[in-house]
Amino acid sequence: MARYGMVIDTTKCVGCMDCVVACKTENDVPQGYNRDWIAYDTNGQHPNLHMEIRSERCNHCDNPPCVYCCPCGASHIHERGGVVLVYHDKCSGCKACIAACPYDARFIHPEGYADKCTFCIHRVETGMDPACVSVCPTYCMHFGDLDDPNSGVSRLLSSRRNHPLIDEAGTRPQIFYLT
Amino acid sequence: MHELTITRHNPAIDPTLHIWGWEISLYLFLGGLIAGMMMITGFFLSRQRFKEATCTCALVPLLSVVLLSIGMLALFLDLSHKLYVWRMYATFKPASPMSWGSWILLLVYPALIGAFLVRPPMYLTKRFAALRRWSAKLHTHPSRIRAVGILNMVLGAMLGIYTGILLSGFGARPLWNSPILAPLFLISGLSTAAALVHLFARDRDESEMLAKADNTFLTAELVSVVLLIIGLISSTKVHIQAAQLLLTGDYAPVFWVLVIGMGIIIPLIIQSLAVRHKVAHMPIAPIMVIIGGLILRFVIVEAGQVSHWTRAALLP
Repeated sequence: MARYGMVIDTTKCVGCMDCVVACKTENDVPQGYNRDWIAYDTNGQHPNLHMEIRSERCNHCDNPPCVYCCPCGASHIHERGGVVLVYHDKCSGCKACIAACPYDARFIHPEGYADKCTFCIHRVETGMDPACVSVCPTYCMHFGDLDDPNSGVSRLLSSRRNHPLIDEAGTRPQIFYLT
Repeated sequence: MHELTITRHNPAIDPTLHIWGWEISLYLFLGGLIAGMMMITGFFLSRQRFKEATCTCALVPLLSVVLLSIGMLALFLDLSHKLYVWRMYATFKPASPMSWGSWILLLVYPALIGAFLVRPPMYLTKRFAALRRWSAKLHTHPSRIRAVGILNMVLGAMLGIYTGILLSGFGARPLWNSPILAPLFLISGLSTAAALVHLFARDRDESEMLAKADNTFLTAELVSVVLLIIGLISSTKVHIQAAQLLLTGDYAPVFWVLVIGMGIIIPLIIQSLAVRHKVAHMPIAPIMVIIGGLILRFVIVEAGQVSHWTRAALLP
């Protein structure tokens, strides 16, 4: 059983936002909304400052509170790769999933349902990478099966220092950032 | 320094979460109030004391049905995909507090109607013969009234606790993520319900009894608030910062003045003096309790959405 995840190399990401544009185009994300975004995270004291640039999105958590809190069964874990998805025609727009997400990765689509990154499952099921990964000009984004020790993402994680986001929230996020 | 800039600007998400407005706060308040009224009515019914508690057993169930309908309308208004509201009743998700709540709300209606039938108002029984018949059926066995009373107490407790668990189940919002929130909302519901009956009761003994009960509830509510704060400030950095939103932050004036001062301490002092017959019973005290209960829900809902794992971590 595959467990899809992403590994993003923050030492290569330049914050060009190609991933953001690709997502909006591929998934027809409405104007003013984002399924993925860029975070510029600066730490330290001048002049010793360190900036990490990250491409962020839903972390497709292994312990997804957004799925557990959904009263309609709209938020669910897809049978393939543990991807967290939303059935639009089951969502009542109660917004519990939005409150439950520590990453604020979800939003209410103008049509009323909760929306978020799908890891481009429609592309992945045909053997392609998610749109954001496929357009990255610096090749800093990697998508694959985290359960397969020989996959590209697993090899990167075993060989490089990395961190997920807000690990302490206990959601077991499946996107890791190489540092 | 630690600075985080993000390019995302999703409506109602950024810069701070604001997905739930007055509808949810009002609903949580009404849910707590109805829960409290059900428990108080249930108490009198289960002890066969419905004749001495006129207001509690005659007016309150009818008022609860009206308020519950207003609360459910507020919930419906909050939904952004309104035509799919029926999906909540097409499934039951045991891990979802909201799923529990939607089913509890559905069970509350028949329980309230049962309580209403114990002492339906005269002007209605004169007009509707069926009401008279159903009420008479309920009175054929005392055990039926006792059962209605117990059902109201149990469902009232479930409703009151659920309004707190609905928020405390969200680990992503540190201010809400406290097990004290459920008992706090239940006790606050009881205190506002006792205040409301105290306000409306024409019978002096009933009014006095409810004022005494309200004093106990207000004391317990104050203890619960203190426990909530202690729980947060003795936890992680993000929880401490969440508590600071109430203690010293943007929500502090409303929290200290309107929730703690006007909503609990001042009415507690007035009512304590009143039940000792040192001052006359004044409607201002229960009115303050009710307004304080409403503002408590608003403050917790609003401040809880501002509390956050990442943003809090950025503060010094």
